[in-house]
Amino acid sequence: MSVVAMTVNGKPASADVEPRTLLVQFIREQLGLTGTHVGCDTSQCGACVVHVDGRAVKSCTMLAAQAEGAEVLTIEGLAANGDLHPVQKAFREHHGLQCGFCTPGMIMTAVDLIRRKPELDEETVRDELEGNICRCTGYHNIVKAILAASQEMR
Amino acid sequence: MYQFNYERPKTLADAESLLGKADDPKILAGGQTLIPTLKQRLAMPSDVIDIGGIKELDFIRAEGDAVMIGAATRHATVSASPDVQKHNPALAALAGGIGDPAVRHMGTLGGSIANNDPAADYPAACLGLDAKIHTTKRLIEADEFFTGMFETALQDGEIIKEVTFPHPEKAAYMKFRNPASRYAMVGVFVSKGPWGVRVAVTGAGQNGVFRVAEMEEALAKNWSPDAVANIKLPAKGINSDLHGSAEYRAHLVTVMAKRAVAAAG
Repeated sequence: MSVVAMTVNGKPASADVEPRTLLVQFIREQLGLTGTHVGCDTSQCGACVVHVDGRAVKSCTMLAAQAEGAEVLTIEGLAANGDLHPVQKAFREHHGLQCGFCTPGMIMTAVDLIRRKPELDEETVRDELEGNICRCTGYHNIVKAILAASQEMR
Repeated sequence: MYQFNYERPKTLADAESLLGKADDPKILAGGQTLIPTLKQRLAMPSDVIDIGGIKELDFIRAEGDAVMIGAATRHATVSASPDVQKHNPALAALAGGIGDPAVRHMGTLGGSIANNDPAADYPAACLGLDAKIHTTKRLIEADEFFTGMFETALQDGEIIKEVTFPHPEKAAYMKFRNPASRYAMVGVFVSKGPWGVRVAVTGAGQNGVFRVAEMEEALAKNWSPDAVANIKLPAKGINSDLHGSAEYRAHLVTVMAKRAVAAAG
């Protein structure tokens, strides 16, 4: 066991964990932040995407220890002062979800995408969603929501 | 995952010393292959030495007629680098096509080539661009580095420091993705430069990445897609699995080589 410390959603977080603890386990089981989901657990589905030092990563494919000292942002840290983030609002507005399981990862991926590429078109959005799987919507409304949010955030 | 000791050294010297002391260590760079491998209990290292935080391994430098890339540089950094985009756009495009955006934020150049997955992209770039691999012990030519499926010339305790990619005159990489895993079923890197012409193939060979001498000779005489259109690889030595037969993959090598030459212009 060893103590791992990082900043999660702006607050200091630390826990005494085994070195083999994944970042997603640290977030869900130690911090109780269960908005970050585990879907496939094999780095394919993207339900576990969080930001580490501002970049989207799959938290099921990273050790908590690798995030030592890092700034981590999860879906719970996205809304500011009770106001939904523009990407969250756009997902609600455009019905970018059905069951909602993939949604936290989709939104965290989308926020990272809009940061990297403020000028988006549909083809780019679909290409960039390669690492996020949704089994309900057929992606159509997710793409619409991301495009609308990118417009809104310009 | 089985239990292991975890260390995150800040310098290369510390990493070497930790590797020397450990019983059966594994180097962790970005972890995009090693962590899934550990999760499936396909590896049981005593120690995981995380070199992902070593700043001296994370750089891109254009000098003279080459780009030098530190071993712990992430794929996303390589694909977005103005130096790589300017001098070696084929390499930037290859890095930007590995895995998905989240994987590219973690995965590293050194990790990819040290693992030498038979379907990985970077080995094709190294072999296809006559790259030089600098380690803590020596310089290894790409031709000598990749020795078989998941096998390299690296010795125990040897860490990749950087890879030198000479600027090509022309180069392109084309891959045919597995529709499910998105890994290369076949990927072909072609280049023309001071080293002559190179054609490197990933995804197809039972022993990992390989060069195709017959295509290289044909392209040296006539740099055009037509020059390779009638060169067929024998199915012997080519991977065969539920995703595609050896004959199918051998055929794809010719198709991808044609597309790559066309894209290189």
